[in-house]
Amino acid sequence: MNTIFGIPTPALYGQILIGLINGSFYAMLSLGLAVIFGLLRVINFAHGAQYMLGAFAAYLLLNWLGINYWLALVLAPLAVGVVAVIIERTMLSRLYGVDHLYGLLLTFGLALILEGAFRYWFGAAGQPYAAPAQLTGAVNLGFMFMPVYRGWVVIASLVICIGTWLLIEKTRLGAYLRAATENATLVQAFGVNVPLLLTLTYGLGAALAALAGVLAAPIYQVSPLMGTNLIIIVFAVVVVGGMGSILGAIVTGYVLGVLEGLTKVFYPEASSIVIFVIMAIVLLVRPAGLFGREE
Amino acid sequence: MSSAPLLEVRGLNAWYGESHVLHGVDLDIREGETVTLLGRNGAGKTTTLRAIMGILRRREGVIRLRGKDLLSLPLHKVAQAGIGYVPEERGIFASLNVSENLTLPPTVSDGGMSVEEIYTLFPNLHERRSSQGTKLSGGEQQMLAIARVLRTGAKVILLDEPTEGLAPVIVQRIGDVLVALKKRGMTILLVEQNFRFAKKVADRFYLMEDGRMVNSFPGHELDARMDELHEVLGV
Repeated sequence: MNTIFGIPTPALYGQILIGLINGSFYAMLSLGLAVIFGLLRVINFAHGAQYMLGAFAAYLLLNWLGINYWLALVLAPLAVGVVAVIIERTMLSRLYGVDHLYGLLLTFGLALILEGAFRYWFGAAGQPYAAPAQLTGAVNLGFMFMPVYRGWVVIASLVICIGTWLLIEKTRLGAYLRAATENATLVQAFGVNVPLLLTLTYGLGAALAALAGVLAAPIYQVSPLMGTNLIIIVFAVVVVGGMGSILGAIVTGYVLGVLEGLTKVFYPEASSIVIFVIMAIVLLVRPAGLFGREE
Repeated sequence: MSSAPLLEVRGLNAWYGESHVLHGVDLDIREGETVTLLGRNGAGKTTTLRAIMGILRRREGVIRLRGKDLLSLPLHKVAQAGIGYVPEERGIFASLNVSENLTLPPTVSDGGMSVEEIYTLFPNLHERRSSQGTKLSGGEQQMLAIARVLRTGAKVILLDEPTEGLAPVIVQRIGDVLVALKKRGMTILLVEQNFRFAKKVADRFYLMEDGRMVNSFPGHELDARMDELHEVLGV
């Protein structure tokens, strides 16, 4: 059997793939967090709950209404986006004038309420959600077998990340968003409806989290706590990439996912802390993050 | 020029937090006029522009554009009513390139300049259209800040110290641009410390002191009033 540094190559490739999958979710979630933080200056602690809501929306659509995975990919983010828009309009928007800490506390409270409610209704154990028939099975890549659904998740997440990046960097709406991130008052003084832009951005960020949740449902099972477990790592990813940096969030998400996978191969004992060790080092050397602008 | 004012400000009071900074400011600008606010630093010139624009929210009094009330409008509706704002700090966005900066403010009415016309007026901006906005020189950033509101079809431009900190040759250039805009019938409210520059373009002057309008006179009286102005402005 082939080995690299004494590690059998199938084990190595397997962990890199798992790292890429995890990295896909880190990237999609930190992307939404970065967009929300950049414009609203709100650290959205409800992001993990919104991811969980996306997964549950897919699960409930299937089990209550018989709506399949493909439609859920559209409907679940839409539903969660609408909920987020309502939250922003009725609660979050009242806190823009005060310390950022209040936004964090509000979203943290919302996350606890949502996760508590779903745990009460569905229990803490995960509910299974089957991958759609079109994406079952595995393909032989020559050097390893890859489950089709996992390949799909990596490709879909890349498309989502690149699409969001293009939306922000190349469109007029994105130019409003970037400009308002720098100086919202001036952008509004030019005639752009910035309050509406903030609402849409929060809705979009939450919808991205929900979309990640639907993609995650067949891999990680649907559980009320699935977001809690993930969100702490995602915050570390955002800090490493640089608060508010879109490209930083995407690149750091994938890279840290793979690094975590590699750590599982070479030094498994450190695998659950490697991301936080990297975060601590980055904070010491470059407090604004790898892609962040110094303020 | 006895027509009703295009922009009318009556008894405008404004506050920064608890501090009362404008005290009953009156101001009229007729269509096509260029009016300059003079006054020392801290006299309330920039504050007057910010209060008209609605960036400063705590205000009382009357602000009307063509008879339409602006005071009650949310910030973004003021630009949509036809006022273009060129802030003192210029407000060029670092995360946008020159062309994106230029096209950022939404069009508010017909009759704005096309991007081609703007690039003819400011050839430097065309050359540097793909550069990051804040990589431009101070003079180029000022031109971009002015160019940005010309596209929108705004009827009145509020221009806050456009010559501040710029080399004489650039000041000259900006003066030429303002003269060109006047010829096009643009209405301009200018805050300016540079007399010679202001004299070239202003039809009328207002003099501010401690958040109040203390005097106003037509542009041709500037030279005759120099002694009086030196006293008030302390220059």
